[in-house]
This record gives sequence, C-alpha cells and structure tokens, in this order.
Amino acid sequence: MSARTRTRAEARSGAGRIAHFSWLGPLALVFYAFLYFPIVVLIAYSFNDSRFAMIWQGFSLKWYATVLENGDIQTASLNSLVVATTATAISVSIATVAALALARGGAFRGKTLSMGLIALPIVVPEIVTAVATLMFFSAIGLSLGLGNLIIAHTVFCIPFAFMPIRARLQGMDETLEQAAADLYASRWEAFRLVTLPLLAPGIFAGAVLAFVISLDDFIISLMISDAGTTTLPVYIFSMIRRGVTPEVNAVSTILFSVSLILVSIYWMASRRKKDEA
Amino acid sequence: MNGVTAMDARRRWLALTPAYLVIGVFMVIPLMIMVAISFMEQNVYGGVFRVFSTDAYTQFLFQRDFDGNLVFNPAYLIILGRSVLLAGAATLICVTVGFPVAWFIVRQPPRVRNILVFLITIPFWTNLLVRAYAWVIILGRGGVIDSPFRALGLLEPDGTLGLLYTNTAILIGLTYTYLPLMVLPIYASLEKLDFRLVEAASDLYADKWWTMRQVVLPLAAPGVIAGAILVFVPALGDFISPNLLGGAKRLTLGSLVQFQFATARNWPFGAAVAVILLVFVMASLALYVRLTRKAARAGEP
Repeated sequence: MSARTRTRAEARSGAGRIAHFSWLGPLALVFYAFLYFPIVVLIAYSFNDSRFAMIWQGFSLKWYATVLENGDIQTASLNSLVVATTATAISVSIATVAALALARGGAFRGKTLSMGLIALPIVVPEIVTAVATLMFFSAIGLSLGLGNLIIAHTVFCIPFAFMPIRARLQGMDETLEQAAADLYASRWEAFRLVTLPLLAPGIFAGAVLAFVISLDDFIISLMISDAGTTTLPVYIFSMIRRGVTPEVNAVSTILFSVSLILVSIYWMASRRKKDEA
Repeated sequence: MNGVTAMDARRRWLALTPAYLVIGVFMVIPLMIMVAISFMEQNVYGGVFRVFSTDAYTQFLFQRDFDGNLVFNPAYLIILGRSVLLAGAATLICVTVGFPVAWFIVRQPPRVRNILVFLITIPFWTNLLVRAYAWVIILGRGGVIDSPFRALGLLEPDGTLGLLYTNTAILIGLTYTYLPLMVLPIYASLEKLDFRLVEAASDLYADKWWTMRQVVLPLAAPGVIAGAILVFVPALGDFISPNLLGGAKRLTLGSLVQFQFATARNWPFGAAVAVILLVFVMASLALYVRLTRKAARAGEP
C-alpha cells in the first residue's frame, strides 16, 4: 500500500485538513458559475434594446413596458395566481390533516401504503400524469375551465405541502400536548392552542412550496389548459415558439424574481424552524 | 405510542380520507384509464374505439408494409435508447461533478455551508421552462457561445458552432436542470458523516484518495443512490429540454408522448409510450429500493 511509504511530514500536513483536494475550490466555483450563468444571461438580455434577443444593442426597459401592456400576459398571470392560490389552500388543508394522522396516528396497517400514495404525484413522470389527467377529464367529460387546472394542481401540490408539515411534526415535542391534556384541555383546545401554533411554521413552509410548484408548473398545465385558461408558463412557451424575443426574457425575469422572493421566504421560515427546534 | 395524544383509528382514517380521495380519484384512476386506453384502437378522427387491441404496443416495434405484413421498425426503439442514454449520461455527469462539490460544501464552516446550499436551491425552484429557454439564448445561432468565436475570427461573421438542436444541447439542458437534485442528497448524507472516521484513516497514514474511496464513499452511498434516482427518473421523462434544445427531430420518450397527444392525436399509442415510460421509472425505483437496502446492510457492522 502506497500510504505506508509516505513520510511523517506528508501525513501531518494531510491530517490538519483531512482529505483536502486543491482542485475542489476551483471546481465549486465553476459549478456555481454554471448554475448562474444562464440566469444572468437571461436577465441581462431582458434589458437589451435590440429586437433580436441574441444581439446586444444597449440598455432599455422597453420590453418590461411591452410586457406590462400585454393583455394576454395579464390574463395568463391572473389565471396562474387564481390556480396557485386555490390549489395551495386545498392541498395544504389536505396535507395537514394527513400529516397529523400519519405522525400522530401511531403504527398502523397501511401506513407505508399511505405514504406511498401521497408520494405518487412526485414519483410518476410529469408528462405521464399530464396525459393521464387529460384522458381522464375527457373520459368523464369534465370541463370546468380553471377548475380542471385547480384539480390537477391540487393533486401534485399535496406531497410538496405534506413534506415540511410532517418534518415539523416529527421534530415537535409531544409532551406539550400531553401537558395540555393533563390540564383538562379538550382534544380540540389542545390542538388549537398548542399543536397548531407550534405547527404553523411547517404549514407556512408547505404553503409556500406548494404555491411555487403550482406557479411554475408547465407540462401538466400545457396538456390540461385550453385557449381560455392559459397559465403564465404555458403562455411563455407559446411566445418562445413564435420566436426568441427580449419580451420573453422580460416576462421570464419577472417570473424568476417572484420565485426567488418566495423561495427566500420559504428558506427563512424553514431556518427559523431549525433554530427553534 | 401514548394514549393521550394518539389518534384513534376512526379519526385517523377520517383525516386520511381527503388525501386518499383526491390522489385516488384524480391520479390513480387516470393512470388506470391510461393503461386501458393503451389497449384500445385509435379513432383517426380523435379519441378511441373501445375495442381491445395491442396495436399500440405493436406499433412501438413494428410497422405494416404495403402488403400489410409486420416489419420490424427500430424508430421508436431508437427514441427509447436515446432517452435512456441521455438520462444515464446526465446522471453520470451529475455524480462526477456533484460529489466533489458536495464534499467541498460540507467542509466549509456552517454559515458558509448554509449560504452555499441556498444558492443551489434557487435555480432548482425557478421555472424549468425559463431555465431551458436561457440555454436557447446561449447555444443558439449568434448566441452567447457563438459571439466570442465570431469576434476572434474563429467563425464566419454569420457562422455558428451549431450547438443548439443537438443531443449535446439536450444533455446540457438535462444536466443543468437536475444537477441540484444530485448535490443536495449527497450533501445531506455527507453532513451526517462522522468525520472522526476520516481523521482516523488519515492518522493511520491512509492516502486521501484511499480514504475517499474506502471510507467516505461507502458511507455516502445512500445519498449518491438517492441523487442518481432523483436525476435519472425525471430526466428520462423530461419533455422541456428535448423540445426546446433538441428540436423537432430528436424525440425522447417524454416529447414523443407529448407529440402523440398534441399533434398526432394517436391516444392509444401515446398512452402506450407513457406506460412504457412508467414501467422504466418503476423498474429504476425498484432497483433503488434494492440498492439502498444493500447499502444499509453494508453500513452495519
């Protein structure tokens, strides 16, 4: 073994910084550059004066003005917001009671199966869910406009809302609830006054996650939506198909900013959760 | 479980009913309908005839010649092969880059670590479509990649490296999209690692490559396996990267399914391809479960 032939000095220099490789830093730098390069390019070109997205001609805010004046974008954004808000509200409610049952329900037959069922929307490829839902809606003749989208979004939001809520429940101290029960609090009072306030950061994190996932969803929305129920990502896709213009960059930058703000809020909420625990 | 806060069986099932109902009715039943439709006959005017038929699966492997005989047709197998190869290559690149990066992050002080992890999650939560579109601008004719080559005179003034609409472009898109899904689970498993083991190896004069291979890698195996599955499964069914970066000619399973529903309007065939895709995904997941059990057993003394 080559290690045995090494000198003591070599070993000592290695022991201070265990398993250190000098190329790790540069590699990490390249990694982060790769991660952010497309995003920087996207944002930079949204301020491009040229009509052609790929030629830089000078700084301009005119594409943001175009986006703000575009009625179709406004309608699509409104659709996205309505769908995301409704799907978030429904999926968070469903996920909260399901998480309570699974975290506080003890061991029972069918627990693994329940977890699997809740994870199903994450496991199945999105394109498969999309066409399956499309065929299902068509087979039962369901056409509720935005309602169809809300149903489809609620389904895949449930596991995303479920995860942070369950994680929070697992980290929570059950003795507080027991103490409330010892002090003659009814089951409902114990839940409302003790469990729910403690669980709130988890529910909030789940809601933000579900909202971002719904707002960003493209493939399922593309298959389910029709002319009147276009969401923002679906509209962006139709813009890209018509040609690459800085207007696409501008609306993409706006969508990116919204996601960034929401993810930052989620991050802070989950950080606080860790600090308290 | 104590009796005070534990739910009784009736309440438990009542609380689980909404989740069961929504996912059961709007996910499980649609998947069953999809399987059923894949065994029906296509109605060329849209929709299906409710007659049992294996035509859709036959079409995946054979086509009829002028005499009506079945002739082997590799076109769809090539699409399947392309999807598996691209998803596999993306997974391999992600592991190769993701593991050292995760190792780098885990060795930083906690505050820096948190920031570095947060920086990885940001692109991950931004719109998939927008991220793939950014690569269209970068790789496209006269885009960010072409420009410096043109300026240096290495390309004609209107020349292009021709990167967009190639398999390479799809691979870049897939790698870019799913790289965070590799780094995060590997980081999570490295974070739990007992660093005294690494120090011990180092104290016993183990060379650092030996330490990585014999000590760190086996202990991080669950994270690597989870990362591989989190990259491979969605990459296999991805539709956005092939559609935007691969162009019309380079179909993958995901874009083939979408094409059958949006353009060709052959539902049974589209459903059959979706079922094939689903079978591949389930097979990968079954493999994942076996591998993690094995890794867990290997980790025991």
